[in-house]
Amino acid sequence: MADRILLAHGSGGKLAHDLVQEMFVDVLGNPILAKLDDAAVFTASGRLAFTTDSYVVTPIFFPGGDIGKLAVCGTVNDLAMSGARPLYLSLSFIIEEGFPQKDLEKIVNSVKEATDEAGAMIVTGDTKVVDQGSVDKLYINTAGVGAVAPGLNISGSNAQPGDKVLLSGPIGDHGIAVMSKREGFSFSTKLESDCAPLNDMVADMLAASSNIHCLRDPTRGGLATTLNELAKQSEIKIIIEEERLPVHDEVLAACEMLGFDPLYVANEGKLVAVVAAPDAERVLNTMRKTRYGKEAVILGEVVEGDSGRVVMKTHLGATRIVDMLVGDLLPRIC
Amino acid sequence: MKFLSEFRDGRLAKGVVSQIHRRSETPARFMEFCGGHTVTIFRYGIRQILPATIEMLSGPGCPVCVTANADLDKAIALAQTPGVIVTTFGDMLKVPGSDLSLQEVKAEGADVRMVYSTMDAVHIAEENPSKRVVFLGIGFETTAPTVAASILHAEEKHLKNYYVLSVHKLCPPVIKALLDSGEVNLDGLICPGHVSAVIGSRAWDFIARDYAIPCVVSGFEPLDVLQCVDMLVTQVEEGNSKVEIAYRRGVRPEGFPEALRLMHEVFEACPAQWRGMGTIPDSGLKLRSTYQHFDAEYAFDIDPGPTREPQGCICGDILRGVKTPLDCRLFDNGCTPEDPVGPCMVSSEGSCATYYLYGRNSGR
Amino acid sequence: MCLAIPALIKSIENEEADVDMGGITRRISLRLTPQAKVGDYVIVHTGYAINILDQHEARETLKLFDQLAKAAEEER
Repeated sequence: MADRILLAHGSGGKLAHDLVQEMFVDVLGNPILAKLDDAAVFTASGRLAFTTDSYVVTPIFFPGGDIGKLAVCGTVNDLAMSGARPLYLSLSFIIEEGFPQKDLEKIVNSVKEATDEAGAMIVTGDTKVVDQGSVDKLYINTAGVGAVAPGLNISGSNAQPGDKVLLSGPIGDHGIAVMSKREGFSFSTKLESDCAPLNDMVADMLAASSNIHCLRDPTRGGLATTLNELAKQSEIKIIIEEERLPVHDEVLAACEMLGFDPLYVANEGKLVAVVAAPDAERVLNTMRKTRYGKEAVILGEVVEGDSGRVVMKTHLGATRIVDMLVGDLLPRIC
Repeated sequence: MKFLSEFRDGRLAKGVVSQIHRRSETPARFMEFCGGHTVTIFRYGIRQILPATIEMLSGPGCPVCVTANADLDKAIALAQTPGVIVTTFGDMLKVPGSDLSLQEVKAEGADVRMVYSTMDAVHIAEENPSKRVVFLGIGFETTAPTVAASILHAEEKHLKNYYVLSVHKLCPPVIKALLDSGEVNLDGLICPGHVSAVIGSRAWDFIARDYAIPCVVSGFEPLDVLQCVDMLVTQVEEGNSKVEIAYRRGVRPEGFPEALRLMHEVFEACPAQWRGMGTIPDSGLKLRSTYQHFDAEYAFDIDPGPTREPQGCICGDILRGVKTPLDCRLFDNGCTPEDPVGPCMVSSEGSCATYYLYGRNSGR
Repeated sequence: MCLAIPALIKSIENEEADVDMGGITRRISLRLTPQAKVGDYVIVHTGYAINILDQHEARETLKLFDQLAKAAEEER
């Protein structure tokens, strides 16, 4: 095969067929995908969760992962945040003409690793190749289907005054790791993206308590944006404590250098859980026993009053408002 | 982080706050000149824990906010010039000029690149010999020496395609103009920490001497600001007016001579336009004639078109401390960080953005 | 204004230094602080060291805060 992706690879002819077979089917290896029918046919019963997302991250290879791993984890996590067990994913590529084949191989291998870990399967996909300059190297679109256990009701609108707010670990790793490789930022760090599938941790949490009211993963816009979304959806107020907020030293340092607040930096392997107070400790201990929840904390609580507001008790003991991220996170010198 | 995190310690803060409460009896109004101090004050809720005797006011120390539309329009006109790469700090990307922002012009196809350091801008010039690279030089005396260093570096490398559009400004003249205007009555000034690191605390002597206003140079961590307020309160209660340094680990009376020397070698003072305050003599920096070949004003025939000021925007009044963002009818009503009308809402340390982010509906 | 943070100089080559800022490293210019040495903490603004941090003064300031904090605790 050519060492670069050509327009012909997306046009449906022999070259395209070979690409799909060797690059995708042989690597991702499952019977549904191998049939290569126009649609994947499978049986699923009960309540289903369904999600879709597109991935355009730059750079596509970053410390701790790549766009392939990100696409799978992002989709799996969206399903997990509804309490769903991930089942089947679709995977569509839009590739820039001239993209190195070796890089595509790496990405597909990452996809395989991530789906294996999550216990999900890529059952259908698509490949388009576009003129140079039409996309920035490679974009991925996914959709995912998962099974939701009967009686489970997890939603951003379910938070109640008195609930505790749990966070599964340190914030800001993904955003800073990705940034460290971007032009115009240039700093070195051992920090890696926290990109990870959280469905196993969620399954354990749901087994430990039937009083988990909300689950959400704080991706773009960071923890602050996610907490604000929950507060607005549930029409409650959330108070968190700065002293309890876990942040890796390197994230803090990078944020100080660039003028960011870690509360707004993206995460790809963390979740926020709003849990009825009596169950909070049990859920916390359960999280801490899992691979991705070892540093979980109880960050704050839900209170009455000031609907839709999120406040933080600062290191100094004063409180200040924590708003959503507005616009983009841009570095500053002032 | 060493020499940073320790200055955010809640337990240590309680000690300073206790002392402030104990000492402060006379009502006093303190202005923090510097946008970075405004951010610290709001981010940690410092206004909340100070006694009611103290009123805090934000001043015009935000280089983004005080850049006049006419100056930004020049940068935008340069970005629209074929063969030009405009490099800028992130702060300026979203600030609206008379028509567009640099980010919007970039979306239209202009080559605008964000850099963290002027070193990066020089590298871009080296890597693109067929293009002309212009660096938008904003910032006060903290930043100007770094830009001067980049020009000397470019000189040593015989670069013929690196230029600086200088809209640098100087702090002491604008504070003087503010005090001379009589619009604000201050009982104390929180002096900018990193500007003072370069120019020295002696640069503020004239304020204590001629205006009888206590001055204390503060660092940027919450404990630094609290210590500074404590020292100001002490001066107020003792009826003193002198210049003191709270930020002793970073500032000396004489400043940092090498940085100052480099700044003066490349730049000289000139009149400058400050948003909301008009033209102030000797308050800006322009490249000296020896470095004219790096000066974008000389190298390019810049025609930015007519300047328009945004309707209803009172950034000028806010910068002078005579109004607060809550007094602006556009605040959160047409002017938001996502869709800003004026620069005070764009800059992360502009008063309006700070109020929006941390203080909306909180009263103080 | 003037975001600048303390950084530890790990190595120097000509006018540039590799510095450590709480776990992240970066190359910066020492052009404004030519007398800085390995082991110094400098204050870094936009990739340049603009000042050498006085570590003694930093410790003295923290001691002062500690004394105030103890006094406040005793009062309660």
